[in-house]
Amino acid sequence: MPATWPCPGPAGLADEHAVVFDRTRAARLLIVPPLFEEMNRTRRFLVETQRQLDALGIDSMLPDLPGCNESLQAFSAQSLGSWRAAMIAAARHFAATHVLAVRGGALVFPTSLPGWVLEPANGAAILRQLLRARILSAKEVGVAENSAELLEHGRNHGLELAGYRLSAALVAGLGSAMPEDEGQRVIRQAELGASALWLRSEPGEDPAQSAALARLIAAEAGT
Amino acid sequence: MTLTDQTDTDLRSLLNDVLGLGAARAGALTADSGLFGALPELDSMAVAGLLTEIEDRFDLVIDDDEVDGDMLGTYGDLLAFIRAKRGEA
Repeated sequence: MPATWPCPGPAGLADEHAVVFDRTRAARLLIVPPLFEEMNRTRRFLVETQRQLDALGIDSMLPDLPGCNESLQAFSAQSLGSWRAAMIAAARHFAATHVLAVRGGALVFPTSLPGWVLEPANGAAILRQLLRARILSAKEVGVAENSAELLEHGRNHGLELAGYRLSAALVAGLGSAMPEDEGQRVIRQAELGASALWLRSEPGEDPAQSAALARLIAAEAGT
Repeated sequence: MTLTDQTDTDLRSLLNDVLGLGAARAGALTADSGLFGALPELDSMAVAGLLTEIEDRFDLVIDDDEVDGDMLGTYGDLLAFIRAKRGEA
């Protein structure tokens, strides 16, 4: 079900969108999505996981990161810091008891909540892949670019990568960010029994994977 | 199974994971099967993801200037590139 929540931003509080399955049950899971293209690729997978969690008696909320998906805030104004602040605000608003951070979501999730991180990605790897996509696109039209120069420019002035306008803060932050899990359980893709949907350019969904993830969370949520 | 056969198997599996080819299409790839320019799934973002996965799974580093149509033109080109990087060729 769609819902909104008040998110801190540069212009004060802004309403952000979330997909919620909320029947005011004891276990309430905040899902922090992956960053960039992987967010789109995993959306159906995560919403299906929410449906499965609902059937297993667990409430869940999948908020938009500001600047992403339905958000009206500017992507170019975002940083890892703004996403962290947003996810803390979402956790508070929805009274989350647990968290699931997926891939790059592990860089920005509220670390005070118990829970899980699914195949956490480090910021440098995410940035490298975005840079590579830009360099390949440039090469196709006969323009030679290189990572080192792009990064140097990006850290000072921001950078357009794979259709995203990254702020200087986001470029710098990604360059050194490591997954922030502190005691949350790391889930590996192999536990879900199939290949990862975020790898695919046209991912679709896989109800069996969603069911596996939901069962694992329900079994370990301790409620 | 030799190391080289394993590289071939692992690369088919990787292409299946990244491009969603399905086991049958991935298994039917020959050395002459076209990749970049031939598969619509393989745009620049997908190539970037593919290279990252290759680095992770084969434990190697690919420089930006090594990436071009020569190494990605066909399945055989890509397999030969990985074998060379791993010192198998």
